[in-house]
Amino acid sequence: MAATSNMFMYSLTIQAPSTISQALVGQFSGTGGQQIITASGSRLTLLQPDAKQFKVDTLLSQDIFGIIRAISSFRLAGSHKDYIILATDSGRIAIIEYMPKTNRFERIHLETFGKSGSRRVVPGQYLAADPRGRACLIASIEKNKLVYVLNRNAQAELTISSPLEAHKHGVLVLSLVALDVGYSNPVFAALELDYSEADLDPTGQARGEAETQLVYYELDLGLNHVVRKWSDTVDPTSSMLFQVPGGNDGPSGVLVCGEENVTYRHSNQEAFRVPIPRRRGATEDPQRKRTIISGMMHKLKGSAGAFFFLLQSGDGDLFKVTIDMAEDSEGNPTGEVKRLKIKYFDTIPLATSLCILRSGFLFAASEFGNHHLYQFEKLADDDDELEFSSDEFPTDARALYTPVYFYPRPVENLILVQSMDAMNPLVDCKVANLTGEDAPQIYSICGSGARSTFRSLKNGLEVTEIVGEELPGTPSAVWTTKLARDDEFDAYIVMSFANATLVLSIGETVEEVQDSGFMSDVTTLAAQQLGEEGLIQVHPKGIRHIVKGRVNDWPAPQHRSIVAAATNESQVVLALSSGEIVYFEVESDGNLAEYDEKKEMTGTVTCLSLGKVPEGHKRSSFLAVGCDDCTVRILSLDPETTLEMKSVQALTAAPSSLSIMAMEDSSGGSTLYLHIGLHSGVYLRTVLDEVTGELTDTRQKFLGPKPTKLFQVSVQNQPCVLALNSRTWLGYTHPLTKAFMMTPLSYQDLNHGWNFSSQECLEGVVGIQANFLRIFKVEGLGDNLIQKSVPLTYTPKQLVKHPEQLYFYTIEAENNTLPPELQAKLLEQPNVANGDAKILPPEEFGHPPAKGRWASCISIIDPLGDEPSVLSKIDLSDNEAAVSAAVVPFASQEGESFLVVGTGKDMVLNPRQFTEGYIHVYRFHEDGRELEFIHKTKVEEPPMALMPFQGRLLVGVGKTLRVYDLGLRQLLRKVQADVAPQLIVTLQAQGNRIVVGDVQQGITYVTFKPDSHKLLPFADDSINRWTTCTTMVDYDSVAGGDKFGNLWVLRCPDKVSTETDEPGSEIHLTHARDYLHGAPNRLSLMTHFYTQDLPTSICKTSLVVGGQEVLVWSGLQGTIGVLIPFISREDVDFFQSLENHMRSEDPPLAGRDHLIYRGYYTPVKGVIDGDLCERYNLLPNDKKQMIAGELDRSVREIERKISDIRTRSAF
Amino acid sequence: MEAISAKATPVMRFADKLRTQQELERLQAKYIGTGHPDTTSWEWKTNIYRDTYSSIVGHPPLLSYLALAQNEPVAKVRADMIRKMLQPAGPPPPREDDMAVAIPQTRNDS
Repeated sequence: MAATSNMFMYSLTIQAPSTISQALVGQFSGTGGQQIITASGSRLTLLQPDAKQFKVDTLLSQDIFGIIRAISSFRLAGSHKDYIILATDSGRIAIIEYMPKTNRFERIHLETFGKSGSRRVVPGQYLAADPRGRACLIASIEKNKLVYVLNRNAQAELTISSPLEAHKHGVLVLSLVALDVGYSNPVFAALELDYSEADLDPTGQARGEAETQLVYYELDLGLNHVVRKWSDTVDPTSSMLFQVPGGNDGPSGVLVCGEENVTYRHSNQEAFRVPIPRRRGATEDPQRKRTIISGMMHKLKGSAGAFFFLLQSGDGDLFKVTIDMAEDSEGNPTGEVKRLKIKYFDTIPLATSLCILRSGFLFAASEFGNHHLYQFEKLADDDDELEFSSDEFPTDARALYTPVYFYPRPVENLILVQSMDAMNPLVDCKVANLTGEDAPQIYSICGSGARSTFRSLKNGLEVTEIVGEELPGTPSAVWTTKLARDDEFDAYIVMSFANATLVLSIGETVEEVQDSGFMSDVTTLAAQQLGEEGLIQVHPKGIRHIVKGRVNDWPAPQHRSIVAAATNESQVVLALSSGEIVYFEVESDGNLAEYDEKKEMTGTVTCLSLGKVPEGHKRSSFLAVGCDDCTVRILSLDPETTLEMKSVQALTAAPSSLSIMAMEDSSGGSTLYLHIGLHSGVYLRTVLDEVTGELTDTRQKFLGPKPTKLFQVSVQNQPCVLALNSRTWLGYTHPLTKAFMMTPLSYQDLNHGWNFSSQECLEGVVGIQANFLRIFKVEGLGDNLIQKSVPLTYTPKQLVKHPEQLYFYTIEAENNTLPPELQAKLLEQPNVANGDAKILPPEEFGHPPAKGRWASCISIIDPLGDEPSVLSKIDLSDNEAAVSAAVVPFASQEGESFLVVGTGKDMVLNPRQFTEGYIHVYRFHEDGRELEFIHKTKVEEPPMALMPFQGRLLVGVGKTLRVYDLGLRQLLRKVQADVAPQLIVTLQAQGNRIVVGDVQQGITYVTFKPDSHKLLPFADDSINRWTTCTTMVDYDSVAGGDKFGNLWVLRCPDKVSTETDEPGSEIHLTHARDYLHGAPNRLSLMTHFYTQDLPTSICKTSLVVGGQEVLVWSGLQGTIGVLIPFISREDVDFFQSLENHMRSEDPPLAGRDHLIYRGYYTPVKGVIDGDLCERYNLLPNDKKQMIAGELDRSVREIERKISDIRTRSAF
Repeated sequence: MEAISAKATPVMRFADKLRTQQELERLQAKYIGTGHPDTTSWEWKTNIYRDTYSSIVGHPPLLSYLALAQNEPVAKVRADMIRKMLQPAGPPPPREDDMAVAIPQTRNDS
């Protein structure tokens, strides 16, 4: 059986892909507000734009376990709610409705029409829905088109018909839209290319004459039949269609966009064409033609015929296109088009989708890099930008015309209001601990062109500081209190010093309060608002109770002092040094009444907790007592059983802090928990039964080396636990996944903290850090990774770290780009006009393109510093571009490290061409802050892989593996062998073993024989793997990813491994016979998993404090995932059966079979999909119970296991 | 059992053959690129190329990967890939009956 393996991994996503392949705006919740739905990789995400706060929030994000290829939305006539249609690789069409009440996507229809997978003739690539919501068309790239009729039945439910076919053999589709035809029969327009004639013509003439056709498909609703209604030849470069409003709103028809061409076409109208204006500038090639790559149409409210298009060219320039209609005698627009007009609007980053919101925002889903939200300042209605009209241009794009030009300028019509962090494309990623914190950080390079960035990622929650004030002394604790029960906000901040107490009032200014009634010459143990209007101060010698300025003192019994106290609005509990517990309750008259008996504990009490009084109750019915004999006891506070022991729990260390607190659980309800902080730094969360007081279901996490202190705070209306250790942590329920999370705050380490609520800051936290008083608030609970980015110059290719210093080096290269030296030359030319010489910032306008040229550089990055920045960069000249880099210590230079960069000259990517390849060597200066070029060595091909190997440099040059040593004038060749079938792209080494990754043919194991100076391949792969990244897991195993989105682990058989390492085995190896045209031995596959994203880097590291080592991989679309190895067989069995149940109980939304999806190319082996298992938390209760029953465990136990495996190794 | 099947063999074989043939024809009509005994190298190559290009277009990460390397917009790379499907492996080889017309001697010889 393929799924059995003796190695099992648990796959988890720690950052979901951030790419957006398509975005749509619509009223998905049905309440009138607009939402944006986005498809990112396999995820469907619903975003809610917030017009008041100028930002976009994520409402819901769901992995559908399938590739989303197209999404569309439609609304049935008379309804106010948009439905979502998904075209995926499942071979099925899915109609999804968003349920705002439960915050879920619900599938209404799922119709199978073909095989699964992204295939040539299985519909799914294109999807278009009739604007009146009557039908939709789903098409494949070639041949097949299916039309589904959408309707409503008597119960007002959505119905879907069986599909109507509109297939045509030998036809390729380039673009597909639905026409706006009002309420006449629905029409779909497709841009088609017919290859059937070219296929029959051996002379090749038909190919040259192949025409691009615009074809209309009409769905006859009466006959229930689809006909090819009209077709006409359009410009052969056309590649995109846009719908033009019809019915009462406009002339109907489409805009056909091609190379320097936007044409209006419709079956009963004349064609009108405008060219796409070209950029004017010294560095621009005046002959270069632009194409439209994205765009959108927007209808303005009110007058008929008021609509415009925003179309984006490949440079990122937005053009506003409008249509003038002929007017009748009364000045009303008729349906007849008079002219088409185009003008430059603004320049924004290249977008895959543009969405205009009614509230006046533009959401631009960027192709690469951050997504942007803009606000419209104006619509460029009356500015002095030149407008070009179709009157001046022939309709045939091949006819002669004068090209038109414009000057790009900074944005005028749009204002950027939010930039949403997006890591795609994520090219390389390293895990390192540079900041010296207990957990490592992730450093990555992402983005393309001038918008490339170096990003550091840290697990944490973003925090805003409100107050950070130095105090005269170092307080030990801080509290806030209200003055009366009904107060909305806190009035006092009480700070306790070694033997003093300071009371501050909260208001416009923070001032010391003299008449608070608090004792100021003692240290305080607790401060609390009590009863109606009372305040208490607990100090080591007693309690002071202040009611309306009246002071009552309760002294502690003689020769005893108070060691711990717990308070809430109506109860007070004290622990005395003798181990006795004293209990007080507030009476109705506001007085504090002592309970007669004292409870004696066996050990010294270290901490107490009461918990808040539940809503509608008089008192909290449990008291938790932590003793230094490593136990926690739960005592009852009910009047009948006061201070009777309910339960006891033994701990691994003495408790340092306790907190009884109710929190939201995964079912959406609330559960009472006892949070325990231990002296050993461990944090425990235990369910406290509200009736019996029993403690069950303990989850734990190691927070740091210090004793853990716990406090209750409120964030986003959610009670959260603030845990203080070497870092400040926050425990909360994730708003989307409903999982319990423990995440460090990106803030100073506090000694004491308390909830803080004032008029200005409703949900803050006050804390003490050394001698500073700090007030801050937590920004949000949705994202637990904090990003910091440094802009780079060109598309980064690889990231390397200095071996000792905290600096990173990136190599960057950009194809078809004007390098700076040529740019300078062009700008110096005498005929450059004034306006042309202006240099536009490349971050917004991109680098000027130049065919066949490369721009490339090496950057030195300081990732820490106050402002992480690029310290300096070295530009490569002569059309050379960097392709690989490594830091290599050379034994011949007494172990001094050098930066080695492989380059290629005049490279052409496809088919692979180049004139020369080089290896540059740079010496580090000033602790790595500067680089000095030493020499470069010419090699036959651009070296795609470099790595240090036994004090020398190991290089993969084409098929050849070679070892170089450093010489004075160039690198000196030492050993070489042809080991790979095609092109070496990755190298890994341990001892004498080298793992070579080939661009197409997978992995080859090579052994280096130092005695005979030979490199001998001895084992390779049984199938082709288009390797992109590899890492050695142990001496025999290698983990890697390939271009098609698979992750795998391969292992060299034991026998082969030991035999090759035996001394003298080289004779045997050199004469070993090839096995089936490969190396003598084969590697065995241990695990295999399809991730959907394209892995770009993989490494073995640990991510959390004290966590085991995991495989961390990054994907091109911005995914970061981990593979956690299973240790026990029991866990494997449990998760395997859980995964099986999840597959049947929570089948993927778009109808893709989960098992087949994860085994897209090769059957999944030895990997359990954690993302699917984690959806268990989101199941309805009855399904949870059912699965729990089948697995013979409780629901809580399953949830704990799911959460444990994540928290133990990742975040 | 054996005897019966042996008796029925000639009939079954013919029916089977017909059914297989029909099934194959149905598949060939439904799924472009389904092979037949006379698939030429050009047909096979053209078909593989078309499958490859459409697969790149259908897998967004692969398309982004190419677009990133080429420094071109994704939409442009997508359109280029689909255009390449028009005739990815060059024009078809001249057909045999055309050849026969061109070289009449061959027919005479046979």
